[in-house]
Amino acid sequence: MRPFAYERATSAEDALERHHDGAVYLGGGTNLVDLMRLGVEEPARLVDVAHLPYDEIELRPDGSLVIGSAVSNSALAADPTVREGHPMLVQAVLAGASGQIRNLATVGGNLLQRTRCSYFQDAAKPCNKRNSGSGCPAREGEHHNLAILGHSQACVATHPSDMAVALAALGASVRIQGRAGERTIPIDELHRLPDNEPERDTTLEAGDLITAVEVPALGIPSRYRKVRERASFAFALVSIAAALDVEDGVVRDVRLALGGVAHKPWRAWRAEGELRGAEAVEESFVRAAEAELAAAEPLRDNAYKVPLARNLIVRTLMELGGVRES
Amino acid sequence: MTDRLESRDKVTGQARYAFEYQVENVAYASAVQASVGKGEVRSVDAEAALRLPGVLAVLSCEDPPRLSDTSDGELALFQSRTVSYRGQFVAAVVGETLETAREGARLVRVEYATETPDVTLRADHPGLYKPDKVNPVFPADTGQGEPEDAFRNSAVRVNVTYTTPAEHNNPMEPHTTLAQWHGDGSLTLYDSTQGASFVQATIAGIFGLDPSQVRVVSPHVGGGFGSKGTPRPNVVLAALAARAVGRPVKFAVPRQQMFATTGYRTPTIQRVRLGADADGRLNAIFHEVFEQTSTVKEFAEQTATPTRVMYQAPNRHTSHRVVALDVPTPSWMRAPGETPGMYALESAIDELAIAVGIDPIELRVRNDTDREPESGLPFSSRNLVACLREGADRFGWDGRDPAPGVRREGRKLIGTGVASSTYPAYLMPSKATARAEPDGTFTVRIAAADIGTGARTALGLIAAETLKADLDQVKVEIGDSSLPRASVAGGSAGTASWGTAVVRACEALRSELNGLVAGGHGGSLHTENGSLPPEGVEASADTTAEIKARDEYARHAFGAQFAEVEVDADTGEIRVRRMLGVFAAGRIINPKTARSQFIGGMTMGIGMALMEESVMDAEFGDYLNRDLAQYHVPACADVRDIDAAWVEESDPHLNPLGSKGIGEIGIVGAAAAVGNAVHHATGIRFRDLPLTPARLLREL
Amino acid sequence: MYADITLVVNGMEHRLSVDTRASLLDVLREDLGLTGSKKGCDHGQCGACTILLGGRRANGCLALAVAHDGADIVTVEGLAQDGRLSPVQEAFIEQDAFQCGYCTPGQLCSATAVLDEAERGWPSVVTEDLGSDPSLDDDEIRERMSGNLCRCGAYAGIVAAVRQAARKREAAQA
Repeated sequence: MRPFAYERATSAEDALERHHDGAVYLGGGTNLVDLMRLGVEEPARLVDVAHLPYDEIELRPDGSLVIGSAVSNSALAADPTVREGHPMLVQAVLAGASGQIRNLATVGGNLLQRTRCSYFQDAAKPCNKRNSGSGCPAREGEHHNLAILGHSQACVATHPSDMAVALAALGASVRIQGRAGERTIPIDELHRLPDNEPERDTTLEAGDLITAVEVPALGIPSRYRKVRERASFAFALVSIAAALDVEDGVVRDVRLALGGVAHKPWRAWRAEGELRGAEAVEESFVRAAEAELAAAEPLRDNAYKVPLARNLIVRTLMELGGVRES
Repeated sequence: MTDRLESRDKVTGQARYAFEYQVENVAYASAVQASVGKGEVRSVDAEAALRLPGVLAVLSCEDPPRLSDTSDGELALFQSRTVSYRGQFVAAVVGETLETAREGARLVRVEYATETPDVTLRADHPGLYKPDKVNPVFPADTGQGEPEDAFRNSAVRVNVTYTTPAEHNNPMEPHTTLAQWHGDGSLTLYDSTQGASFVQATIAGIFGLDPSQVRVVSPHVGGGFGSKGTPRPNVVLAALAARAVGRPVKFAVPRQQMFATTGYRTPTIQRVRLGADADGRLNAIFHEVFEQTSTVKEFAEQTATPTRVMYQAPNRHTSHRVVALDVPTPSWMRAPGETPGMYALESAIDELAIAVGIDPIELRVRNDTDREPESGLPFSSRNLVACLREGADRFGWDGRDPAPGVRREGRKLIGTGVASSTYPAYLMPSKATARAEPDGTFTVRIAAADIGTGARTALGLIAAETLKADLDQVKVEIGDSSLPRASVAGGSAGTASWGTAVVRACEALRSELNGLVAGGHGGSLHTENGSLPPEGVEASADTTAEIKARDEYARHAFGAQFAEVEVDADTGEIRVRRMLGVFAAGRIINPKTARSQFIGGMTMGIGMALMEESVMDAEFGDYLNRDLAQYHVPACADVRDIDAAWVEESDPHLNPLGSKGIGEIGIVGAAAAVGNAVHHATGIRFRDLPLTPARLLREL
Repeated sequence: MYADITLVVNGMEHRLSVDTRASLLDVLREDLGLTGSKKGCDHGQCGACTILLGGRRANGCLALAVAHDGADIVTVEGLAQDGRLSPVQEAFIEQDAFQCGYCTPGQLCSATAVLDEAERGWPSVVTEDLGSDPSLDDDEIRERMSGNLCRCGAYAGIVAAVRQAARKREAAQA
């Protein structure tokens, strides 16, 4: 690991001022320290933002939440108001990592964790995300757990977060302190598809500091389900965050997002559009799932993710809606 | 039901492992791995590393450190410019601190002349050859009768190919050495090893020392599963580094580097052909194996050998073909041979049972034999059928609907499966001493290893029994090459081999005491009349001659594994709901730790069945998923209702303890039982491990 | 680059100058000689380094020491009180919840925290009803202990040990 200076920020403004010349923000460190030890991240300075006063969860009168970016994953999942109002978010957080990692990990850091693509994590191999223009060996190499949607010639990586998938389905917004002041953007606009700039995971600019995540009220049944290669403590092959409101046999509202399928949490806008107003029966769910996945471009060894995602969408919606098999 | 003797040390953090010895002025080593899959090192530029404050030395082939014996290419570090596989150690940096050594290693620039590595095992690889022997000393091929004709003329035939992937042992403690040279030219190695005596002999040879000048200390070892059964490059690297800087040096192989340098199980391609009559009586058995080794040294896994042991059939053929690829060198991993071999054989037997239309337990019973089929030797004991029957009873096998793919609970498909287990009962020469101390206690000494097996406790129980003493009167000293020479903790032979030496030493001590003590009581009564000399009385034993003189028998443990699985029809996720192993392994010395050994093996078998797979990167030539986030071993949530039991077995032909090994048989057959249950659940036969959602979803 | 920090470990205060790159795990093991906490992977993937950091379990290998100036830490060496094993330690011995012992310190710290987390009503991903306080049944224990890998395969004993310690704690509170 390259030597680095360590500084502790005292405020968001202070953090921004310190963020220059190869500085990187440090939250819980659970991914950053891991990547530094691999030689994938080589910051000259760490600006510790874990102690900034963004460690509160605020429940607003309309049922929406403001979650500080320094809130630990554990604290978020244990919070009674979040458990009551946003169970899908709690399940997503608890499906990620392990108890001891969730104690260290922060909400802001979770959103900004990097892909677990094997090539990205091996500093001795080409990777466009790590070393722009060096190539993407994953396309022809090992990619059984990489993207089926929205990938590019340059990059087939997936975003590893579970929490972000739930936040995407919930239509959360991200509050950012930047050099030009504070702004709030939909989470769907935070993470990006790789296109020809896979080195950029997000739309954040240099120095931007996530200070909070705003989550609208939900009020309809929801759940998060994650499929992985062992029963716990593994990244998703495919995961789903879903919420469904059925009234008189008709879908009144639906939220769907998929994890493990793309460079960003994949909000299934197309499927949601198909479903709103549709009859809440298995056929509708299948139709919606297939509409969403029509855009899938599986690689040689990850085509299984297409039926997996389809099955997850259909099954999760049926369970949420109490719909019987037809 | 005896607690581990070292249990308090282990739960309070006081048990010391190799990296944890406190020595003065210690430095740290970090290794540089080849970043090409095949080629030559053109140059090693250590300048930047050496400029880093705190870097003490850089070792590489630019200035090959002197070694006396370079015959083992895995251990002949920095002697040659040849890169035989990606990840091979090509340089090492010694630094004042862990961070300095690591950063120094990052700064070493190595230039290569590169060639394209050949890393993919195929059954039609032109480089396949018949090895002279398979591990350790078995013939590569065997045959009997006219198997081709017999197979062709059989009423029922199974002709199938199974594959198993490369798998890595992944003990929780990485391969670690703390090396310390002394002023008199002697060397102390605190080493993470399964065999202190073997490391002592090997390192003495490599460094041109007399074995008495090398001391290997390893009282606690954080698992090995075979990968610490032979010295790995870490021990040589630490000793070289310590010699270069004139200070003690510590080196723990980082987890990622373990995937190239500390051994693994070869991938296998196995073609099994079974021919039987309409009642399921086997007439022909073929087991043809294709596997890999490296270009550095040959390791030919004995994958088909269990097929030479398991079932009767007048016509038989087994063979092993190996290809030397540009890959890391494979080695022992828990039950090498039996583990992959019995996966294939016991899956094929299940297929035969279905083809014949009889219960898979009944099929195995019909093909049981009281003589080892290929050698013709009588079994010293064989209780396979008893294990199958006992297991069927405990598991609730009776009344099982054999129809595959018909049981559902919601979206879950449910199935059960069975498979046999076997593992040889080896016995290896060892020495031991037993001492009667003046204070009325006893001390037993042997350079055995407790890598988590419970060996220390078992040897204490064995000594106490032989001496007719209480366990708390017996002190057991192991894990140190300065103790009487012992065989490796491998081949499930530890307790039997070391226990035999301990029994003989204790018996010899009793005879001496009987001569000394008036009244001739001997044993634990030896101090009552104060007739012991002040230095105590010591007796020793060497079992070499005794083992050589044994009658010829086929000595094997057997077992039966049962599994119930649920398969999620939507996602292809498999969970093992219940698993039971019943074993016939001679006398069980300590039921408490024995049960843990069996269950531990079965747990690793769940991993083999469902998730373990080292993925070879065909382009770059290394195992790609080289950490514990990508190489999945079972987590706590993967292991639900699991239990092990054993049948009483008295076998006079083994050793004075009547024990067979128990460390490996628990994994043998486990993956087949799970796979057979998955077939029962889904109606689909998957023949390539592991059974991941990706594989299942292609068929479900 | 070095920084001066203070750590309180098992009740003892230590003033240290640490390399900014050093993890809490390495500081404990190499600087303080507290080698009970183990290094299995150095990347937060095995849990052998689990310690109690400010009363919460955490991977010592992922925590930079410099970022935890002033932290209150309990390691496996601090679980026993006055030479008396904790109920979790006792249960691990009784249930033979370890073999090689290398993952054991992390398992013990993790298990100690699991009891505490359950008492606080923290849910896990297998908790059916997020509105109620979960009780530590075997499925809950298995999920909560899954951040601590054990290659010897002592999970059956580990679950039994955590269950035993949990029941003991419940009985003491009843």
